[in-house]
Parts: sequence; structure tokens; C-alpha cells
Amino acid sequence: MTLTQQRKLKTILVGLAAWTVALLLFFPIFWMFITSFKTELQAISVPPQLFFEPTLENFSIVQERSDYLKHAWNSVVTSFGATILALVIAIPAAYSMAFFPGKRTKDILLWMLSTKMLPAVGVLVPIYILSRDYGLLDSKLGLVIIFTLMNLPIIVWMLFSYFKDLPKEILEAARMDGATPWDEMVKVVLPLSVGGIASTGLLSIVLCWNEAFWSLNLTASEAAPLTAMIASYSSPEGLFWAKLSAASTLACAPIVIFGWFCQKQLVQGLTFGAVK
Amino acid sequence: MKRSITRLLMAPSVLLLLVWMVVPLSMTIYFSTINYNLLYPGRNNFVGWMNFEFFVTDPGFWIAISNTLILLLSVLVITVVLGVALAALIDQPFWGRNVVRVLLISPFFIMPTVNALIWKNMMMNPVYGIFAWLSQSFGLEPIDWLSDYPLMSVIIMVSWQWLPFAILVFVTALQSQDTEQKEAAQMDGATSWHIFRYLTIPHLARPIAVVVMIETIFLLAVFAEIYVSTGGGPGYDSTNLAYLIYNQALLQYDVGVASAGGLFAVLLANIVAFFLIRAVGKNLTV
Repeated sequence: MTLTQQRKLKTILVGLAAWTVALLLFFPIFWMFITSFKTELQAISVPPQLFFEPTLENFSIVQERSDYLKHAWNSVVTSFGATILALVIAIPAAYSMAFFPGKRTKDILLWMLSTKMLPAVGVLVPIYILSRDYGLLDSKLGLVIIFTLMNLPIIVWMLFSYFKDLPKEILEAARMDGATPWDEMVKVVLPLSVGGIASTGLLSIVLCWNEAFWSLNLTASEAAPLTAMIASYSSPEGLFWAKLSAASTLACAPIVIFGWFCQKQLVQGLTFGAVK
Repeated sequence: MKRSITRLLMAPSVLLLLVWMVVPLSMTIYFSTINYNLLYPGRNNFVGWMNFEFFVTDPGFWIAISNTLILLLSVLVITVVLGVALAALIDQPFWGRNVVRVLLISPFFIMPTVNALIWKNMMMNPVYGIFAWLSQSFGLEPIDWLSDYPLMSVIIMVSWQWLPFAILVFVTALQSQDTEQKEAAQMDGATSWHIFRYLTIPHLARPIAVVVMIETIFLLAVFAEIYVSTGGGPGYDSTNLAYLIYNQALLQYDVGVASAGGLFAVLLANIVAFFLIRAVGKNLTV
């Protein structure tokens, strides 16, 4: 075999292996998707059916039974609301830590991260009681507040690592021209780091959309986002996988498609600036 | 002057997080020392260490601690090892790389409740599931995953969710690896294994640190997967600390004992964080 032939063979083998792994890992999602178009009987048939006459009935049943649109709206409001709020709070903090670091900056950052290590379950009872007393139980506002605080440390960290990589010369030039720190942030830093802020926001939206601990414990019927709606399908009252799949597909489709479009941005954000 | 402005910019984040940490934590500490059951209001007398004793002597306590750690370590090892291997695989040129990337990242966007429901029903069901059908096709007895291997089932679900994350972070890191260095090593007769071992792995040290740190934060708190799939059972076989406390608080209404348990979770997280931040902190430039 010549070298080119060898190289070609290697490319084919690598491609084959990569596609196999990718299809295996994707299979559960694919299966959920096609099961949502089956009848209940087809859904549990052995051997599993790959070809069948698709039906849309499950989707309308899910909308009727659990009011999908209401829960989807709750998910949208809480994810976007919490993300925007957290960005507004975190941008000034990350900016000041990245450009005016003091002796304690590193400690403050590590401390922020350590609050994230505080297990949610450790403070479940007080948060539950506080939410109850302030009328925030089963309310979207309550979830927005919790999600904001929950993601704040990660958002500050990510923004910090973006800001830190901006060329310092530009800022110095702005400072020479007499810009105040506020001007610098709004007119110089923010326009330069739109990409970084976007990836941070995207990650935060994904984390909020899929958050399950607080949404399961603090909401009931009114403010329940999609994660909580889906959990109501876990009760073993008979086999209804087709409806379950339809509900799951509806719950995941928005964020999966959103993720597909933004994957490049998102991955950059996920590496916390540790990878260029 | 400038100092005060920068402090002012930091203040909202710092104060909010301080409140978010201190208020609930002090309430938890207070609740953990009193008799507080939602079913019997008005009997909130001081009981000292009794709630802690009660929680520690719960038959599920040590099982839950060990399950929490087994879950954490297994998922970390699976995702990091497979993640590095698969990232090295898809870093090479082949047909349809972008589609493969999209397929691989998808499980990360699936919410934990849906993840657990898909696996519990359509994959692992001992009668109608895909796995059962596969074993039968090979003439084997189908396995009842959730009853016979509950913790492993949860590990599979959680790993499935986090493997894409690891792969993508590592792929991004590999793309920044110096190709000239690799070519030079190749010229000097280094095998691909040597290049992987002595050039690629050291290059991945920081991304691995990041993956371990972020995953640990989320893995110590795995809840929804257990809640939806096994319900912590059978017995305590798949109960982790988070789930045990949840049980205590919301199913048995015992706020005092649940708060004591919450403090154990905080303690465990701190022990893990202590080692982790020491190990990982070096690899994170601040």
C-alpha cells in the first residue's frame, strides 16, 4: 500500500468509528423523536418498529392534558429573564475584577465559585420557607430570582475570563483620552466582547431551561416550567410512551435546536477561557 | 476615587451572593438544632444534636454518602477518559465532521427529567425496552436495569448527559494544539501513541481541570435523574445525599432532620471542593 492509500484508509476508518459513536450517543434522542409519532401500541411493540404510519395525535393530547404552551412560556420567561438579570449584575463585577484587580480579586472569584459548590439541597428548606412567606412559591418571579443567583458565579467567571483577554492597550488609549471607568466599560469593553457575552448568555439559558431541582420543588401548576411538566409523566399509570415521547420532544426541541445553532459560541463559553 | 467606583461595580454581585449564601445557611443551621416538623407545628423546642444523631443513624446515611461519591467519581472517570479518546478521534479529518459534532453535543441539551424518562422507559425497560430487545436477539435473559443495577443505571444516564460536554471542551482544546510540534515529533520517529501521551495529554491538562471542576459542581447535586427514574430505590440502592435529604424534608416533613442532613451535604461539598480547588486551582489562571 502506498502512503496516500494508507492515509485514505485511515480517514475512512476514523470516519466510520466517529459516525458509529455519534449515532449511538444520539440514538436515545432519535428514538424519543420517532416514538412521539407512534400509537401507544406501536410504541411498545417488540421487536421495536422503525417504519410505521406516523400520527400527530400525541402532540394534541399533550397540549390538552398538560397545557404545553403555558409551561413552554414559563420556561422561556424564566430562562431569559434570569439570564438577562444575571448578565446585568455580573458584567460590572467581572469588568471591575478583570481591569482593576486588587489583592483580593482572586479570593473573591474563588469564593464566588465556592458558593456554587454549596449544594442546593442544603438550603432547600429555608428557600422553600422564605419563598412561601414572601408569596414566591409557584411564581415565575421566584424562579427568576433563584436562577439568577444560581448562575451568577459561573456568569461572573466566564465574563471575567473574556474581559481579561481583551488587549489592555485599547483601554489605556481610552483612559488617556479621559474616559471614566463607566465610559470604558460601556463604550469600549462591551462592544469588544459581544461574542463573549453572547456565549455566556447562551450557556445560562441552557442551564436555566434544563434546571430541575428548584423548578420541581418550588413550583406547582402555575409557574411550572417544562422540566416540571415532564416529571408529571413519570408516574407509572400504565404505559403511555408515545405521549411521554411527544411531551419530551416538545420540551427539548426548542433548546436542542437553539443549541445546534449556537454550538460554536457555546463551546467557547464552556471552556471558561481555559482554551483558546 | 477609582477604587470606590470599582468596588461599587462589584457590590451587587458580591452582596447578592453573600445574602444567597448566608441567609439560608444560617436558617439551616438554626433549624437543625430545633424540633421542627411541618406536621406538628408549634413544638419548636431546642434539641441540640438530636437531629444530627437521627440523620447519621438513618440506615440510608452511609449508603447515600458512598453512592454520592461513587456517582461522582464514576461519571468523572467515564466522561474524562471517553471524552479525551473521542475528542482525539473526531479531531482528525473525515467526512461529515460537522454533523457528527452536532449529534455528539445533543445529549447535553436534554433536560435531566427527560433524560431519565427516555432511559428508564424506552431503553432500560425489561420487557419493551431497546436493551431488552437486544439481549433477546442475542438469546440472553433481559436485564432489569433499574431494579438490579439501579446506581449503575443512574451513572449511565448522567454520563450520557455529560460526555458531550467533555468531548466538546477537549475538541476545542485539541484544535489549538501546535501542529508543527506534532509534525516535528513525527519526523523524529515518534509513534502516534507517544505524541498522544507526551504532547496531547499535557496540552489537555487545563481543559481537564475545567471539566472536572464544572462537572463536580453539578454531579454532587444530581437529583432529577434519581427522582424520575429509580426514586432512590430499591431500598437505598440509588439514593444519594441530595435525594435522602429531599426525602426527609418534603416526604416526611421533618425540617429539623432535613436541615441537619443539608449541613452534611454542605460539609461533603466543602471537603470535595477543598481538594478540588487545590488540585484544579493551579490550572486556572486568575
